Amino acid sequence: MSDKHSAGEVPTTGHVWDDDLGDFTNQPPKWWMLGLTASALWCVAYALYYPMIPVSSSSIFSKGLGGWTAISEMEADKSKVDVVRSKFENKLKDMTPAAILADRELTEYVTRSGKVLFGDNCAPCHGPNGVGTKDKNALFAPILNDDDWLYGGKIDDIHTSIAGGRKGVMIANKDLLSEAELDTLAKAVAAGKPTSTPLFTEKGCVACHGPDGKGMAAMGSANLTDSVWRFDNSVEGIKQTIRYGVNSGDPKARIAVMPAFKAAGKLSDVELKKLAVYVYKFGGGKPDQVAEAPAAAAPAAATPVAEAPAAK
Amino acid sequence: MHPENGTNESGEVAKLYGEFETWSVNLGDRTIHAKRMPGFFRRVKNLTQSALWLPFFLLPYLRWNGQQAILFDIEDRQFHLFSLSVLPQDIWMLSLVLLVAAMTLFAVTSVASRVWCGYLCFQTVWTDVFTWLESKIEGNPNARRKLDEAPWSLDKLRKKALKHFSWMLVALFTGITFSIWFVDAFEYWAALVRLQLPLVGWVVLAMFFLGTYILGGLLREQACFWLCPYARIQAVMIDSQTILPTYDKQRGEPRGKVRHGSDAAEKKTGDCIDCYQCVQVCPTAVDIRQGQQLGCITCGLCIDACDSVMDKVNRPHGLIRYASLDEISGKPAKKMYQHPRTWVYIGIILIALGGIVWGLTHMGTMTLKVIHERQPLFVSMSDGSIQNKYEFKVVNKTGKDFRVSVTAESGIPGQVIVTAENNPNLRHGHGTAFTIFVKAPLAGITAEVTPIEFYLRSVDDPAMFAEYTSQFYGPKR
Repeated sequence: MSDKHSAGEVPTTGHVWDDDLGDFTNQPPKWWMLGLTASALWCVAYALYYPMIPVSSSSIFSKGLGGWTAISEMEADKSKVDVVRSKFENKLKDMTPAAILADRELTEYVTRSGKVLFGDNCAPCHGPNGVGTKDKNALFAPILNDDDWLYGGKIDDIHTSIAGGRKGVMIANKDLLSEAELDTLAKAVAAGKPTSTPLFTEKGCVACHGPDGKGMAAMGSANLTDSVWRFDNSVEGIKQTIRYGVNSGDPKARIAVMPAFKAAGKLSDVELKKLAVYVYKFGGGKPDQVAEAPAAAAPAAATPVAEAPAAK
Repeated sequence: MHPENGTNESGEVAKLYGEFETWSVNLGDRTIHAKRMPGFFRRVKNLTQSALWLPFFLLPYLRWNGQQAILFDIEDRQFHLFSLSVLPQDIWMLSLVLLVAAMTLFAVTSVASRVWCGYLCFQTVWTDVFTWLESKIEGNPNARRKLDEAPWSLDKLRKKALKHFSWMLVALFTGITFSIWFVDAFEYWAALVRLQLPLVGWVVLAMFFLGTYILGGLLREQACFWLCPYARIQAVMIDSQTILPTYDKQRGEPRGKVRHGSDAAEKKTGDCIDCYQCVQVCPTAVDIRQGQQLGCITCGLCIDACDSVMDKVNRPHGLIRYASLDEISGKPAKKMYQHPRTWVYIGIILIALGGIVWGLTHMGTMTLKVIHERQPLFVSMSDGSIQNKYEFKVVNKTGKDFRVSVTAESGIPGQVIVTAENNPNLRHGHGTAFTIFVKAPLAGITAEVTPIEFYLRSVDDPAMFAEYTSQFYGPKR
C-alpha cells in the first residue's frame, strides 16, 4: 500500500530520521484548530467568571463575574438534602419520642441520619456509637449500648436525660464508716451482693440504693447487684466511691455530670427526640409497655426474644 | 492502472470501463460513492442486517403482562426479560453474556473472517441505509460525484438539504430507539413529545443523534479504517484456514482489458478484465485484488459485482470468491476439525453458556448479607451476658413481599436472638435492612470469636431460604 501512497505536494520540515522519515508541514486539521481556540476562549471566560488571581493578601482577588462562592454552592446543595429530609422532619415535629419509635420508617430514618447529631453532641463523652469513654479511674461517661440505665432505659427516660441533663449525687461517707466497716461494705458490693452485710441497711445505703440494692431510676442511684459498673469496680475503687461520694463536693469525689442539652439551647426539640430514639436503638433501650403495645399483642410467634436452635 | 482508451471498445462490457477507471488508496480525503448492485451477497446482507436491527427498533414496544417485555431498567436497577427479572446481585451473568458474545465473534471470525463487519455491524448497516437514502435523493454514484463537484444551485441545495434531513430523521429515531431499551417506550415517547425528558434523557438522545449522523453519514468507512478496534482484533483472528472474499490471483492474472473481436483462443490474459467493478461497489473502496487488507469488511459485494461481469464475458463465476489462503495458494484444504483454535472458542462459549443457565436457574429468592457491628464489637449486659449487634441486608428477588424469621446457630449454649421487629417484611425487588441482636451468657463463650450461622426463612414458605456466616465476639480469653 505504501508504494502507491502519494502524499501529494506537501513539503516536509527538512528533518530526516532513520534515513527516510520526515515530517509533513501540514496544517493541523481545522476541527483541531477550532478546538484549540475554543479551549483558549474557555480559559479566559472561566477566569473572568470564577474567583481568580489571588494575591498575597487574602482580601485582594478578583471575585469573578458570576459571584460564585464555595459556601453558597454548599448551602444550595444542602437545601436539596433538606428537601429530601423535610418529609420526615415535618412528621417528627409533632410526635413524641415513643411515637417515633413505634413508626418503623421514622425509626429507620432517625437511625440512618442520627450519626452526625450523635457524633457532634454525644460522642465526645460517650464515645462513637456510645461505647463509653474512660478516664484514669474508670468510665468517664456511661456506655449507652448496654441495658443498664441509672435513670431508666425507656424512651421517655432517655429523652428526659438528654433534655434536662443528669447529675448524680452520693454523699461522702468517710466520717460515717470505720475502716473495717468500709472494707466489709466494699467487698459485699464488689461481689454483687450488697445486702449480704447488715451495714447496707444500718448505714442508710438502702435510702438511695433500695432495700434490695438494685437502685432507683427516679433518683439515678446505681444497681449494685448487676455486672455493669458506672465507676471502678475493684474493692479499692468501690471504697473510694463510698468514702468520698459522687458529686458530693469533696475534692476526691467521683464526678458524673451530664449537661442539660435543652437548656444549653444548642439542640432543637426535634433533635432531642431524634437523639433519644438514636440512643435507644443502640440496643439497650427498654420497651415502653404503652408504646410497644401493638408488638406485645402480636401472636406467640412474635415474642421479642426468640430461642435460638438448641446448641450442638 | 492507466487505461488507454482504445477505440475499438464497445458494448456492455466496454461501458463498465467508462464508469470508474482509477483506484487510489482510500485516505478519507474524498467521499466514497459505492455502486449498489443486486446479487446473492446483497440479498444476504439485506436479510442479516434486517434480522438483527429490525428487532432493535421494534422489540421495545413489545408488552408482556402489561409491562415492557425487555427493559434494562436503570432507574430501578432491574433487568426485565419477559417474566424474568434480574437484579444487580445477579448481574455477574452479564459478564458471561459478554464473554459468549466475544467468543462467538472470535469463533465466527476464525472460520469465516469478519462476518460481523460485513453483514451485521451497526456501522456497516447504518452506512448502508444512509447511502441508500443518498442514492434515492441524489441518484447513482456518477450523478452524486457530479453533484458534489457542481457549483451550488437551488437544486443542489434542495437535494443536499433533503438528504441531511433524512439522515437526521434516521439518527433521531436511532437515539430514541436506543433510549427506550432503558426506560418504558411509551412513557418515553409521551415525555419526548411534550419535551419533558430528564436532562440525562436529552443528553443520551443528543449523543446518539450526533453519533449516528456523524458516524453513519459523514465518517462512514473511515470509522472502520481508523476508529474501530474490532477491525484490528478480528484481523488477527484470521489465519490461512479462514475463508474470506479473495481474488483468485492464479486465475485472474495477468489482468487485461477485453477487446472487441478478440478470440478466446488468442487470449493471453487472465480472467480479470480489469473493469474495477469490484472496487466500485466496495463500501470501503478497497481493491480486493491487492489481497487481504484491513479495509476489507468482507461483505461480499465485490463477489456479486465480479460474478455479474463474468456472466457478461462468458467466463465462470468465482474469480473473487469466499476462499481460504490455503485454497488460493493451492495447498490442500484442511477440515474444520483440524482448526483447534475454533474449538477452544466453542469450548469457552459452552462453559459460559453453562454458567448463564446455572445462574438463571439458581438465582434464588433472597440475597442475604449480615454485617457485624464493629463499634462496639460486643456489649456486656447487666446480667453478665454478651450481646452482639448485626445489620441484616436482604434483597427480595421474588415478585411479592413476604415476611421472614431469623434463626442462628453458633454452638454457644443459651444463645438467644433479640429483635426489635419480629418477622420483618421484605419488599419485593428491593433491599430491606434490619437489626438483630444476639445475646449469650458469658460462661458459655469459649473463644473471643465464635462463628455464627444465620438462617433466614420465609414465614409462609420455608423453602425460601438464605444463610450467612458471621462472627460472634466476646471478651478476650
